[in-house]
Amino acid sequence: MAVKTLFVDPSRCIGCRSCEAACRECDSHKGESMVMVDFVDRGMSVATQPTVCMHCQDPVAPCAQVCPVMAILISPDGVVQMAEPSRCIGCRNYVYACPFGVPKFDVQARLMKKCNLCYDRTAQDLKPWCAQDCPTQALWYGDDEEFMHQREGHPVNVTAFGEQTVRTRVYFVMPEETAQVDISALLDQIHAEAAGGEEGAQPRREEAWIL
Amino acid sequence: MAVRWGRRPINCPGYRHIDDPADREYIAGVWGIPVEELPWEGAAATEMVHLMAEGEIKSCRIACSNLMVSLPDNAVVARALDNLDPLVVVDFFVSETAERADVVLPGTVWCEDEGTTTNLEGRAIKINQASDPPGEARRDWEIVAELARRLGRGQYFQYRNVHEIFDEMRLATKGGVADYYGITWEKIDAQEGVFWPCPTLDHPGTPRLFAEWFAHPNGKARMFATPYRPPVEEPGGEFPFRLTTGRVVYHYLSGTQTRRLGFLNAQAPEPWVEIHPQAAERLGIQNDEVVRVRTARGQMELKALVVPTIRPDTRFIPFHYGHRHAVKQLTNPVVDPTVKIPEYKACAATVEKLDAEVQPGPGPTVNFTPETAPQMFPYTVGETKAGPRDAKAY
Repeated sequence: MAVKTLFVDPSRCIGCRSCEAACRECDSHKGESMVMVDFVDRGMSVATQPTVCMHCQDPVAPCAQVCPVMAILISPDGVVQMAEPSRCIGCRNYVYACPFGVPKFDVQARLMKKCNLCYDRTAQDLKPWCAQDCPTQALWYGDDEEFMHQREGHPVNVTAFGEQTVRTRVYFVMPEETAQVDISALLDQIHAEAAGGEEGAQPRREEAWIL
Repeated sequence: MAVRWGRRPINCPGYRHIDDPADREYIAGVWGIPVEELPWEGAAATEMVHLMAEGEIKSCRIACSNLMVSLPDNAVVARALDNLDPLVVVDFFVSETAERADVVLPGTVWCEDEGTTTNLEGRAIKINQASDPPGEARRDWEIVAELARRLGRGQYFQYRNVHEIFDEMRLATKGGVADYYGITWEKIDAQEGVFWPCPTLDHPGTPRLFAEWFAHPNGKARMFATPYRPPVEEPGGEFPFRLTTGRVVYHYLSGTQTRRLGFLNAQAPEPWVEIHPQAAERLGIQNDEVVRVRTARGQMELKALVVPTIRPDTRFIPFHYGHRHAVKQLTNPVVDPTVKIPEYKACAATVEKLDAEVQPGPGPTVNFTPETAPQMFPYTVGETKAGPRDAKAY
């Protein structure tokens, strides 16, 4: 059977935070969400982006690699688990290691916390809570074949950070076919556009059409 | 559900018209009351406020309705409510409206009672009780029945459970346009909901309305082209911007429930005013700065959210909040002449820095007064009753 995983489509996210509300209902981290919804730049647009653990495969789980006590374990199916409380010493190395800024440090519990793809649910072939609740399928759970049949867009699971690329278990859905999501290239492009404008570093502005 | 079951000032259960002699006769028969005791067509909710303020309506029982947040120009609403003796509010939380009540009766939420509701696709569905009402709280129908008993009309409210009420409603809608007679709790369970109308016990329900003909005597739909009518109040004089109000995804209606839920309230604990960067620059307003928004009705202070996702001539304030955070301090109480819905979405306003001096100037542009407002539809509400009533077709 094909492997089921999450597909994250930021273009469909409406910022309703249903995923956060659902995630925080889970008894393993009651009242705290492991998925984060952020405005990309509220000063420019209403675009929002959900962030879940991408479950890095190659290199495998940088967070687990830097863990000095092997508290972060990886299941055979490639799901990077939350730190094991009996081992975690709260060193916070993973905060620096994670390329996506996902794991959180719970100061009171002195414990690393992150998304484990609702392992209790997905192990029984249920969707993770966030995908179960998402009203727009910005977070969607299924396998490749189901994606091809049911969804539009192009899934990409390679993200480039400069020279370094990371292949992840979780996919981003991109509007066009692309080999990888290259964040620094996109940033460069935005900076170049901004620098080319008349007002120097000022972002693009719409025309004055009313006042 | 409420409309089909007669909770509109012009309706009796089943879309029957309260002014129609045959409909009055039938309903009085079902309820076992002399037909003279049935009231005639009443005032719309938005009109009742003025009747309360004028003393025409002397007392009122409000159930789960937060008028202080939902109706425009809430200074007038407050005056109207304070004029009532007594004002009785049934609600499960002490809303801004319940705070003004002489008596608050603790009610229940949906999962503390059983019954049916009809969803937007016209499907009657069953709601089952999940828990008992806490403390002194009572179910709405129990409150109504007990009030009736103490007012000497208990004989008309001899219900032992919700099922008996539903059976009475089935009978009351029998033969009407919205006929629920064939909808039983058993059928709702078996079919996973039943679509109205469902006139007989062996009828499966009507998933698609008007598949063959419309509910008018000739079976045809009525189409009306309505000319554009501008808002009553438009930007002008002292108030150069258009103020509109709307929802935030985290809150539900007047926020009586969602403003009490930690996670939802934390997402949007207080309202803000959205301002386009160009307008903000001209007014010298920074993002997050507390500003004053003023209309001909009143003023309020709230934080500015400077974003290009709104028109430069328009200001937006979410409406879910109460007291000094209620945008209903500002909105225009004029109502549409036909359907009596207030102009929540457009009024003239100004936004200023807190230290700006208020300079009285000419008022906003006023397009209509109540007397000169054109009718939206080429018929009055009462006229439509001739249509559906005669059409027994479906």
